Amino acid sequence: MDAIRAAGLVKTFDGFTAVDRISFAVEEGELFGLLGPNGAGKTTTINMLATLLRPTSGSATVAGFDVARDRDAVRKSIGIVFQEPALDGRLTGRENLEFHTMMYGIGKAERRRRIDEVLALVELTDKAATVVDKYSGGMKRRLEIARGLTHRPKVLFLDEPTLGLDAQTRRHIWEYVRKLNKEAGVTIILTTHYMEEADFLCDRVAIMDHGAFAALDAPSRLKDILGGDVVSLELEGDTAAFLDSLGRLDWIRRSKLHDDVLSLTMERGERRIAELVVMAQQFGVTVNCVNLRKPSLEDVFLHFTGRTIREQEANQSERNRALMMGHMGRSR
Amino acid sequence: MKIHWTAVYVLWRREMIRYVRAKSRIFGSLAMPVFFLAFLGLGFRRMPVPGMGGGAGYIGYLAPGIIGMTLLFSSSMQGMSVLWDKEFGFLKEIMVAPVSRVSLVLGRIAGGTTTSMLQGILIFGASLVMGFRFRGPAALAFGLVFMVLISFTFIGLGLVFASRMKDMQGFGIVMNFIIFPFFFLSGALTPLENFPWAIRALSYADPLTYGIDGLRGVLTGTSSLPVLVDLLVMAGFAVIMLFLGAYFFETSEGV
Repeated sequence: MDAIRAAGLVKTFDGFTAVDRISFAVEEGELFGLLGPNGAGKTTTINMLATLLRPTSGSATVAGFDVARDRDAVRKSIGIVFQEPALDGRLTGRENLEFHTMMYGIGKAERRRRIDEVLALVELTDKAATVVDKYSGGMKRRLEIARGLTHRPKVLFLDEPTLGLDAQTRRHIWEYVRKLNKEAGVTIILTTHYMEEADFLCDRVAIMDHGAFAALDAPSRLKDILGGDVVSLELEGDTAAFLDSLGRLDWIRRSKLHDDVLSLTMERGERRIAELVVMAQQFGVTVNCVNLRKPSLEDVFLHFTGRTIREQEANQSERNRALMMGHMGRSR
Repeated sequence: MKIHWTAVYVLWRREMIRYVRAKSRIFGSLAMPVFFLAFLGLGFRRMPVPGMGGGAGYIGYLAPGIIGMTLLFSSSMQGMSVLWDKEFGFLKEIMVAPVSRVSLVLGRIAGGTTTSMLQGILIFGASLVMGFRFRGPAALAFGLVFMVLISFTFIGLGLVFASRMKDMQGFGIVMNFIIFPFFFLSGALTPLENFPWAIRALSYADPLTYGIDGLRGVLTGTSSLPVLVDLLVMAGFAVIMLFLGAYFFETSEGV
């Protein structure tokens, strides 16, 4: 059974289409990413799947339950970590988790055990009795992720889980998310506008732009579409014969010599480096330096939308401002 | 619709924890009613109030009014605490929980009623210090019934507003143009009999009028309407407002 199945999902706010007929399926145990700039419709999609917003049209099931008709069953099967903090700052970490577990009807002994377990997982055990208002941004985020796990959801939604966090905390959170997905088998849907995040974590990524999917595939496959990796070799010696024989290899898609740096485009560059170096030696050419550059999702995004994600965000915020002026601050 | 009692309890408990921790808020919200009691009570000490017998003086008239005012402010505020939760994001955590929406409303009402009753009782205590005298334990018990009904009514009203407002921006408007008129029209400070007929008509549409009059009736023995009428009208308002509050809260797409 698919963990999520969406068919023609649409959400409009006062005539503005935030999500425009998206259809996709997420397998059980998959780590699925929604990548796109702010305002692309990622959060709206998540909110519809999590029963917080009713779809304008189309349908979706989560863990086999319909998000419009079977809201309570959906709510029982999911955990969600929101983009903006959703903690009660006047309660302690433990009290926030107690609130949550009681809302999900978990019995007293079990509650205690699970809370201790998740607190240990996110390394907040010794901060459990501190009021959340005194937590740092990273600690709040970790507490929220812990909270999303206490009721053992089948599907976990993470909306921009590392937004605004420092690099080290981000790494930590990535580790948790991975562990959770691989060891506990939780299906995870995350939204992000960080390329590295989608690349590092996700089995498959949907590139979202203006409320629709521009592409959907495994990050490596998406990058392959761009023609592959670039291997750069810094050469020394008489290179003519070497270049000549390279020209006869069919797996090299493009080659370019700039000063003494040769750039070659190919698929799976890491598997070809050794071969290239050996060949160079056979032709008496010394290789001083080798560099392999994998195309990033940023390149993929550029390829599919014609713009970089940053340009996109600049434009989007202008559009949002225009929208706000139109009808004062309707939140997405 | 199924009621999840654990959810009601945990929402109530959260409200209690927050109330106890926010000591400055408790004192802050008690300051105004205490000043009203102290300065109006002292200032009008020698003023006879029509219909107030037994040498009770103005404090006898004023104290139930100020208790009513405290309940009005704290319970409508409690109803609107939904907006605070929206502002700080916690509302999403509540809305995504697998419990019926009725349980959420009941939890809010339970928490809100408890905190505003605590506030009301503290002000009752303060008024005793200022020289207010009531008729005994039975009177106090009936008084508590009126206090609960006032709380229910205005928590319901607060929920109605909170469900239709997007953020805290409209809060000041609601306070100034809705909550304050409820207070002044209720006869909390001055007898309704002194108002011109047009204003008096409005007063009779104000639930707080019956709440305070009833409270005054049971505590001091003097009221402008029969206490039974006050009780019935107040109970009616409480039921209607709770129902409306719950309905509005349930139908809001609040996140």
